[in-house]
Amino acid sequence: MKDFGYSISKGRTLNYDNSDFSLKKTLEHDVVSYCRCIGCGACASTCSAAKFTDFSIFKCNMLFRNAKYDELEQELSKCMLCGKCTLVCPRGVNTRGMILEMRNLIEKNKNNNE
Amino acid sequence: MELKKRFWNEYQKEIADDHYFYARSCIRQSFNPGAEAMFLNIMKDNLHKDIIDEANQHTCTGIGYHTDIVPFYTTATIMARLFSLMTEAGYKNYVPSCVTSFGLYVEVLETWKHDPETLEKTREYLYKACKREFELPENIAHSSDIIYKFRNELKKQMKYQLINKHTGQPLRGVEHVGCHYAKVFPAFGEGGAEFPYVLAGLIESWGGEVIDYPERRHCCGFGFRNYLVLTNRSYSVSNTYKKLESMEPYQPDFILTNCPGCNMFLDRWQYTIAETQHKTYDAEGKGIPVLSHEELAALLLGYDPWKIGLQMHQVQCESLMDKIGIAYNPDEKYADINGNQLTPPDKPDFLKI
Ligand code: SF4
Ligand code: SF4
Repeated sequence: MKDFGYSISKGRTLNYDNSDFSLKKTLEHDVVSYCRCIGCGACASTCSAAKFTDFSIFKCNMLFRNAKYDELEQELSKCMLCGKCTLVCPRGVNTRGMILEMRNLIEKNKNNNE
Repeated sequence: MELKKRFWNEYQKEIADDHYFYARSCIRQSFNPGAEAMFLNIMKDNLHKDIIDEANQHTCTGIGYHTDIVPFYTTATIMARLFSLMTEAGYKNYVPSCVTSFGLYVEVLETWKHDPETLEKTREYLYKACKREFELPENIAHSSDIIYKFRNELKKQMKYQLINKHTGQPLRGVEHVGCHYAKVFPAFGEGGAEFPYVLAGLIESWGGEVIDYPERRHCCGFGFRNYLVLTNRSYSVSNTYKKLESMEPYQPDFILTNCPGCNMFLDRWQYTIAETQHKTYDAEGKGIPVLSHEELAALLLGYDPWKIGLQMHQVQCESLMDKIGIAYNPDEKYADINGNQLTPPDKPDFLKI
């Protein structure tokens, strides 16, 4: 392949026909407080893991909403489940529980698809 | 009903009937010079209009202005010189070939209108620079507006229609209206910023079908400064990539543009994407042909495709011409004006031509 000195970014277009948003419904059911998130980013700014890696709980949330599970699985593994984020959330979102549940759902989803 | 009519009035513009002053485009006359020649031919020979192609014209500075290289007053003064050529020639209806120019002329005219001091300053600068004076144009319309206005008259003279001769079905076209046509000053565009109809109207009138796809109103990717610096071209090509990916499932037969910049980028980036991603957007690996409004009109009117200059495009147009049933002589594709064969351009590695 030729190299012209610049690259092509693939973009973040969501194809609704090919995306499976069913996990979101399950998460909304299992961790009800998830629905209260306003995306303020306070959780991400207080996160200890984010201090040492490029991890962002805020980004995880977005990837989950967009059904980008492959990318998300890697991201979620960076969380230490310390729960600091839960303390600062102005909306009382159970962020720690949310991350744990996301991990479970993605794992289950993977097993189902195999 | 009355309310609806009034509402839609805002989306229609006045386009002069005759006596035009034509302002050429730097990009179009460098990369697709046949398109401008065809516009003049169509205006004179098919529509019998009075249009002047002034020999002393020059750049509008649009690309320099949008890359922050040329300041406002320099642009305004240079545009004022073009208006002075129009005034000198006795014309009042200004017709730019380029959408970037068109948007910038409107920006300068609106600035002069809302801030008359800037007009006086520009007059002063122009006089000091070259002792010239100018009148403001009475009407400004992009060349695609003119083709749009006379689309039905042209249709009567057309030899071909946008119909697939093998299936009898309308050909499916993607229309890409340049951002500067109406997104900046919606009142100056046919259909405004939300419903620009200037190109869709051509496709529909000439027998084709317009494709509505998710990124229809997304930028072509030119972006001026996003292109001028090599490493920034990533921004530019990524936009085009996004558009092409979005239109791919609808399998367009062609792309129609009115801006020379959009035409260039939607066409040339197909080569870059093919060579770097090994991806093309048609079944045969040749890419989707990209035509401008003048080129499409000329093609359907029966002008020789090689005189229109279709061989100057990166994605070759034979597949489209075969679908329409347009006769062409492949031996004349790379012949010069005297019929001598020129060396054909190198073939890309991946994109088929
Ligand atoms: S702090 Fe709470 S509301 Fe703010 S983004 Fe995090 S989870 Fe959402
Ligand atoms: S639980 Fe995870 S996301 Fe929340 S602060 Fe701790 S490491 Fe960060």
